[in-house]
Amino acid sequence: MNPPSTSQESQTGHGTGVFVGLPSFPVAARESTRDGQLRANLRHATHTIRAKRAVAIGELSDWGELRAAGAAIKDHTLAHLDHYLQQLEQAVTAAGGHVHWAADADEANRIVTDLVHATGETEVVKVKSMATQEIGLNEALAAQGIRAYETDLAELIVQLGDDRPSHILVPAIHKNRAEIRDIFRTQMAAWGRPAPQGLSDEPAALAEAARLHLRQKFLHTKVGISGANFMVADTGTLVVLESEGNGRMCLTLPETLISVVGIEKIVPTFRDLEVFLQTLPRSSTAERMNPYTTMWTGTTDGDGPKTFHLVLLDNGRTDTLADTVGRQALRCIRCSACLNVCPVYERAGGHAYGSAYPGPIGAILTPQLRGTATELDASLPYASSLCGACYDVCPVAIDIPDILVHLRQRVVQGGPVTQAGQRVTIKPARGHTTEHAAIRASRYAMGRPAAWAAAQRLATGTRKLHPRSLPIRTAKAWTDTRTLPQVPDQTFRQWWKQHTKNTNPDPGSTTPGGAR
Amino acid sequence: MTNTTGSSSRAEILRRVRQALGTTTATAAPTPEDIARDVPRDYATTHATRTPLQTADLLAEHLADYRAHVHRTDAAGLAATIARLLTERGSRTAVVPAGLPGDWLTDARALDVDVVTDHPGLTPVELDAVDSVVTGCALAIAETGTIVLDASPDQGRRALTLVPDHHICVIRPEQIVESLPQALPRLTPTRPQTWISGPSATSDIELDRVEGVHGPRTLEVVMVASDAQVTDFPG
Ligand code: SF4
Repeated sequence: MNPPSTSQESQTGHGTGVFVGLPSFPVAARESTRDGQLRANLRHATHTIRAKRAVAIGELSDWGELRAAGAAIKDHTLAHLDHYLQQLEQAVTAAGGHVHWAADADEANRIVTDLVHATGETEVVKVKSMATQEIGLNEALAAQGIRAYETDLAELIVQLGDDRPSHILVPAIHKNRAEIRDIFRTQMAAWGRPAPQGLSDEPAALAEAARLHLRQKFLHTKVGISGANFMVADTGTLVVLESEGNGRMCLTLPETLISVVGIEKIVPTFRDLEVFLQTLPRSSTAERMNPYTTMWTGTTDGDGPKTFHLVLLDNGRTDTLADTVGRQALRCIRCSACLNVCPVYERAGGHAYGSAYPGPIGAILTPQLRGTATELDASLPYASSLCGACYDVCPVAIDIPDILVHLRQRVVQGGPVTQAGQRVTIKPARGHTTEHAAIRASRYAMGRPAAWAAAQRLATGTRKLHPRSLPIRTAKAWTDTRTLPQVPDQTFRQWWKQHTKNTNPDPGSTTPGGAR
Repeated sequence: MTNTTGSSSRAEILRRVRQALGTTTATAAPTPEDIARDVPRDYATTHATRTPLQTADLLAEHLADYRAHVHRTDAAGLAATIARLLTERGSRTAVVPAGLPGDWLTDARALDVDVVTDHPGLTPVELDAVDSVVTGCALAIAETGTIVLDASPDQGRRALTLVPDHHICVIRPEQIVESLPQALPRLTPTRPQTWISGPSATSDIELDRVEGVHGPRTLEVVMVASDAQVTDFPG
């Protein structure tokens, strides 16, 4: 996915990622900010989820220990990734599965397309998967005459509405119920069973319409495509967490199952799931446990798909692993908690991030997976005020602010990076539109209401929030509108405690986002 | 035929991983001691000390939290309870896995419910026409309100508990554990597993929780009390 060029100055500033032609973050963010519906929905969603999440996490007295264990398991796995990948391959193969390796998006799409062609089928059912969205699989399949049906309710809404997801967890949160009803009424018939006569905009009625529409697909479609939340190296077991049951349908009923999974999704042993199955549901949907989790190992006679293919996806992950600061991003378990506490995400909306990964995780992951050669990708590390709330909620303790600062330095100073497995040196963005996009993004992120601006300066003293050095021009451009934040000795939580002493002596371990 | 399309990419990805980790040769396989040193596991095994009855109560409470219907009975009352639930639902047909204890459905059969034992020829379309499914489970986790199915003979293949709209699941007292860390050692990883915490749900439309999208929309859990608890929960 990374453009071959080693010089940012030679780039024209147009997006080369999955969503070609997207405007850079500040431009897209400005547009989203004007969309009142999107903003109101997002605000409602993020505040609702994060309040519930704090309660779910408050039930676990050992949250801190679980978080540390989760981070350590991921770090350990990454440090031995070549071993665990081979162990996984062996276990999946021994259990009757077929393992394929894809270095980039094009290769993954080609492998999946060929596998579907080999079945003779032209339709597939899909369960929501960020990896397949990252590589643009649906578009690649469509180009080869294969129709992919998204089966998550939200993804169905997005697909029927010819739209893009805006939130990892609730991708259609930018649509209200009346809009969803209209999409169902006008679009369902073109894709299969039409919406029932007189469909109302009650959520239960809309869910029923989706059930009826999709059931025919589940019962008759012969190929299913999924991602996975976890892959257990020593047993070859894949794990998918979900809520609606469409995942179970896609993973159980088709004759052929193809799973496209990033190489960072490995955990060494089955036991490791005891950590993530506690932290992920609580951190994600604020539930003690999500309604359904499916685990399968290769194929099983008389139960589930007869043929199973696992496509292991690199697509920039090894480049990310090569960066000793940025590699932490590979711990991510895609819970979306960091989105829900991010004031910039709340204002800008998911679409502004221009990739499958919105919010703080997108701001650190996309520029590493795709490089910082485009204007959009170079501006992403600036799509943050460095308030640190994302770090505080992250169930695998990714130091997102630290990576953001690191990536900002990469954008403005250049330096050695790995692109598509090759070590190269990129030049600083000096004098280029990229730089201005970055500055505009940071100005956007920093342009906060006064009360919030006071909080965001106090992120933490231990993380290197303060840009270590900025080229004169960039620093000046920053300071044109705002002085560089002074990082105090006080941590964010200490500040929170001081400022909320009278009403709420303890915000719990994970509710810094309340400091709006 | 493990790999036809990506064999050179396999070598390339492994090379990239090793380069990223600063080595040119394969990293050594970590020993259990390495993992133990790298991963601190000072998190809790359970989050409270409870009697078996308290644990059962917690499970019932957490199942109900996520809109499962919980019914408690003793071994003697089990068949009658299942029959009552099928009747209340108005079920004409029920499918059961081949290994379901024969006496669980005695009362239901007497009530004229057509009980079909699962067999490989039963297609998803045919399952879609069945009103209810009755199964046991592998274990249940109180802290999270979770039932785990592992395709054992009293639970059957995964499609069985997926396609029908009404699932009655029986939990025996010795199957209840407190927590995730207690559950995993009791499971065989390589068996197909379905973990169920309440009926399917979505909050995709304006965050309104709607129960029941694609899985069984009604989940009825029958908790069988141990002999010691029978006096507390007469059938
Ligand atoms: S970065 Fe952390 S908080 Fe954000 S989605 Fe990933 S795991 Fe969750």
